[in-house]
Amino acid sequence: MTVSLSAWDVANQIKEQFPDAVSEINDQAILVRSESLFEVAQYLKNRPELNFDYLNYISAVDYFDYFELVYQLISINHNHSLILKTRCYGRDNPTLPSLVSLWRGADFQEREIYDLIGITFKGHPNLKRIVLWDGFQGHPLRKDYL
Amino acid sequence: MEVVQRYIYSDTELDRTESEAIEALKENSQQPIPDPDRWLDEELERNILLTSLDTILDWARRSSLWPAICFPACCAFELIAANASRFDLSRFGMEILRASPRQADLMITAGTLTWKMAPQVKRIYDQMAEPKWVIAMGACGISGGIFRSSYNVVPGYNRIVPVDVYVPGCPPRPEALIHGIRMLQNKIAKEHTNIKLSPL
Amino acid sequence: MMAIKTEPFVLNIGPVHPSTHGVFRMRATLDGEVIVNLEPVFGYLHRGIEKLAEERTYTGIIPLTDRLDYLASMSNNLAYVLAVEKLAGISIPERAEYLRVIIAELQRIASHLIAVGAFLNDCGAFFTPFLYMFREREKIVDLFEMLSGQRLLYNYMRIGGFTQDIPDEFLPALDKFVKQMPSFIDEYDYLLKENEILLARAKGVGILPKELAINISASGPVLRASGVKWDIRKVDPYSIYDRFEFDIPTGTAGDCYDRYRVRVEEMRQSLRIIRQAMEQLPAGPIRSEVPHLVRPPAGEAYGHIEAPKGELGFYLVSDNSIAPYRCHIRAPSLLNLTALRDMMIGWKIQDAIIIFGSIDITMGEVDR
Ligand code: SF4
Repeated sequence: MTVSLSAWDVANQIKEQFPDAVSEINDQAILVRSESLFEVAQYLKNRPELNFDYLNYISAVDYFDYFELVYQLISINHNHSLILKTRCYGRDNPTLPSLVSLWRGADFQEREIYDLIGITFKGHPNLKRIVLWDGFQGHPLRKDYL
Repeated sequence: MEVVQRYIYSDTELDRTESEAIEALKENSQQPIPDPDRWLDEELERNILLTSLDTILDWARRSSLWPAICFPACCAFELIAANASRFDLSRFGMEILRASPRQADLMITAGTLTWKMAPQVKRIYDQMAEPKWVIAMGACGISGGIFRSSYNVVPGYNRIVPVDVYVPGCPPRPEALIHGIRMLQNKIAKEHTNIKLSPL
Repeated sequence: MMAIKTEPFVLNIGPVHPSTHGVFRMRATLDGEVIVNLEPVFGYLHRGIEKLAEERTYTGIIPLTDRLDYLASMSNNLAYVLAVEKLAGISIPERAEYLRVIIAELQRIASHLIAVGAFLNDCGAFFTPFLYMFREREKIVDLFEMLSGQRLLYNYMRIGGFTQDIPDEFLPALDKFVKQMPSFIDEYDYLLKENEILLARAKGVGILPKELAINISASGPVLRASGVKWDIRKVDPYSIYDRFEFDIPTGTAGDCYDRYRVRVEEMRQSLRIIRQAMEQLPAGPIRSEVPHLVRPPAGEAYGHIEAPKGELGFYLVSDNSIAPYRCHIRAPSLLNLTALRDMMIGWKIQDAIIIFGSIDITMGEVDR
């Protein structure tokens, strides 16, 4: 059984390292500030007890005020999982750090989010539209897309 | 083998040209193309010599319809199933799926057509040699089907190419497809050739 | 002697090409015959399923999920209904659980048959192996047709179980199939396992190392062929998979041949599961009491299964209405393609077709 780690425990470990990275914790997920997303992810990946070597999926949800990004991390060795969330404000040019340099599995998923939701990932090596064409107007998965 | 960095490319230039083609086609294809069967009423005008020639030509044409490969989505598997062991389309002289459109005279549009794909389908159709026919297979091929309201789906192949026979279903069963093909064959049997005999 | 100098050039493969399994497209840079770079281009079948799902009821999405991986519709149904049931906290009767397992495993066999057939097709044995595989697939399709009346997109599972029980003739027919199938798999092995041409073309080709496979979030047979024992049915058993005995076949080298072998072995394991499930199949209701319009409480859930192509998951966000607020699909086919470029660089153009074929994707799922 893949154990979902207690968000509180992991958040405490993160807090030791990055005191103000975590902004909210609930039973299922840890919400981190978007500025420290990369550092936290790197920490989670490289810390041997956690060892999250597998990025299962990235999803983005449009809540009008902000976009919420959901990352599910899995450790193949320890067989445990964790959900990491981050929020990104502003509708015109939302930006987040890219995680491709940690997990290459993020490559297509970030491009897809860029394409369909319109979030720019800084540090992505090849950020361009993936499923729609270049001149397509708007981002269809936004809630205000007509 | 070492990868030469210089050749690593993601061709944004090409992307842009292609998007322009898509946009242009989308602009020009807002109306359905009428189905090309108006000649069916003109049968009276044929003369005797040409009808027997027609019979031979039409017999040859309808007995060796070779479909071009155009398999965008799910319906493709019913088309392949129709080709495979159980339904055996070769009974009707068309077991050969042609990868090259120039060797094909029938396009079976098995699947959802998206705007991104539309220029390619048009190009395949344009490359097929005359005479050529199109069967729109499946609900998506007819009207966009279940995906009609989507932002990226062409509502029916008849926006892009003229369609001769529509086979409904999602997906149509292989029997339905075979029936559609038989209908097309009947249609071809009635077709007549426009050969202008030069004066002696 | 003077070495011949060659200029690299760009070759476009697809989107309409017999070996791209749909409408996939690759822009390959070739140096002579050798691939030096490759850019996959997607989106030729992007139908906006995630957006369409936001305006449909929870039950109305089931037909859309059919059209994701259209070679494994039942698996998609299963992943989706599991996600909704998790979101709404619905439990389903025993009989339905067993039927789901039987159906999902049958679907795995059907999908792997196509995968293996198409792979051999790409190896150059044009259409002959495909005909063999289709012969058996038709038998499974017949079984599913008994259940749902459809041949390809079944739309059979419902939130809370099924709407109709299996017909009386299903179990005898299934029994017959399960008895016959091993001999067919043996036949494939007899023809192919040691086949010299297949060995020469597929062994050592398109290697995906273990670390890379994990790093790119590969899943399913692609991940297992690289030697990672990771199968959702074992590591995070959903439904009632913890009641069955089966093994997880893994490869060692992570090459095309291993991927092909893993699929064939998985078919045998699936038969094993079906046999056990048939023996234990209880009688009883097939659907729990679920309102016609499901209204899950506000919240989110991720339901996943081991689909034939890999881990298929649905991430659903509910705002307590009759339609999901967001429906994200974790598509195994898309993620398995991430390393395509790494696997192909350095190989000849004809190997590229095999490497691509061995990954086994469905475009409906890649582009959604
Ligand atoms: S008509 Fe149905 S089966 Fe055919 S392509 Fe459309 S959705 Fe798929």
